[in-house]
Amino acid sequence: MSTTKGAQEIVEAFQEVPLNVKLELLLEYSEALPALPERYQDHPELLERVEECQSPVYLFVEVDAETTVHIFLTAPDEAPTTKGFASLLQLALDQEKAETVLAFDENFVDALGITELVSPLRIRGLQGMLMRIKRQVKEKML
Amino acid sequence: MSFPVESNPRFADYAHPGAIVSTQWVAENLGKPGLVLVECNEDILLYSTGHIEGAVKVDWHTELNHPDTRDYIDGEQMATLLSSKGISREDTIVIYGDKSNWWATYAMWVFKLFGHEDIRIMDGGRSKWIEEGRELTKEVPARAATNYPVVTRDDSTIRAFKDDVLDHFGKPMIDVRSPLEYTGEKLHMPDYPNEGASRGGHIPTARSVPWSKAVNEDQTFKTIEELNQIYRVDAGISDSSDVIAYCRIGERSSHTWFVLKYLMGIPKVRNYDGSWTEWGSTVRVPIVKGEEPGVVPVGF
Repeated sequence: MSTTKGAQEIVEAFQEVPLNVKLELLLEYSEALPALPERYQDHPELLERVEECQSPVYLFVEVDAETTVHIFLTAPDEAPTTKGFASLLQLALDQEKAETVLAFDENFVDALGITELVSPLRIRGLQGMLMRIKRQVKEKML
Repeated sequence: MSFPVESNPRFADYAHPGAIVSTQWVAENLGKPGLVLVECNEDILLYSTGHIEGAVKVDWHTELNHPDTRDYIDGEQMATLLSSKGISREDTIVIYGDKSNWWATYAMWVFKLFGHEDIRIMDGGRSKWIEEGRELTKEVPARAATNYPVVTRDDSTIRAFKDDVLDHFGKPMIDVRSPLEYTGEKLHMPDYPNEGASRGGHIPTARSVPWSKAVNEDQTFKTIEELNQIYRVDAGISDSSDVIAYCRIGERSSHTWFVLKYLMGIPKVRNYDGSWTEWGSTVRVPIVKGEEPGVVPVGF
């Protein structure tokens, strides 16, 4: 299991603050999720629905010729927790090498110290996003 | 009741019109003493992005559920919680939330375990308030702490446990989950994790009536005529029925519990909060797969 520079920065940011501020931090991350590029905005059928999330979350992964991974995620404003999780994964994994993404620690969320605040289904939602990112990377490496 | 029942032709034919209010009524009564607005959402961050002025947040997961045991908080913990939110036993509580009021009705159901008298659901929930262009604020109200009494939780009237369900085969039981969860297909998608239970399907003899049948597109509740058709005519429920509703963890079935008990006036309705995450993981309880309710199992 490996980590990335982006993930380490996120973990440090969460570990620095007390429990009640962690939620504010997650809210800030949710607001930072970039919008989808036009080529996906106009083609929603290209995106994969993350069934593990109760909110409509969609993602698409590109792997370029240098095996660099590009991650596109979208989640509704009415689901800021889910959107925050999507943003964390995007920051942790976007622009990383495919092998790094495939080896990325699936329990990354545990280090944030928010599992007691968030219902188990939400955590599964985040793990569902991560699992689907890895699966898409694998499929695109074939 | 400290507040009169809203005079609204949309609600007049419901069995208990005092259990529901419109967004307009809330807007007109904002800030009045004796009225407390409570927002309860699935998403724990949503309240922080903006809420109705004066509304306090109740978190179903960290505040209503017991921190260790799979259960709800007890009377002392509830007294502490409601006192800290500035809620008195005599207050009129209006609850609203995201997701078609799933968690609002869930919070109402938990509050009713402690017998709080006057609780009303805001029809259409958070999304209707926003769609109507009404204001939200990020300001968290500073309500003075109250002295909410310690009330023993009553688990015998509106709550059902697994053993109650085992004694209930063949009596009215409603599975309010989506059709794919009912048939058991949803746990069997290849390569994807399941939703927290080890088996898919439904409780033998439970009828499938997805919760969403009770709401319109704008998340408001349907008329009493429409509800009667869905639950009395199609699902065979009557005033003398002893009904148990369940879903995955009891949130969507709280929604149906509210519809049956307060809008339709069915006297005996219980919510099985263990729901599928308990039943679908329990050793040796019978399960039926597919679209048919199935027959009463022998030997249970």
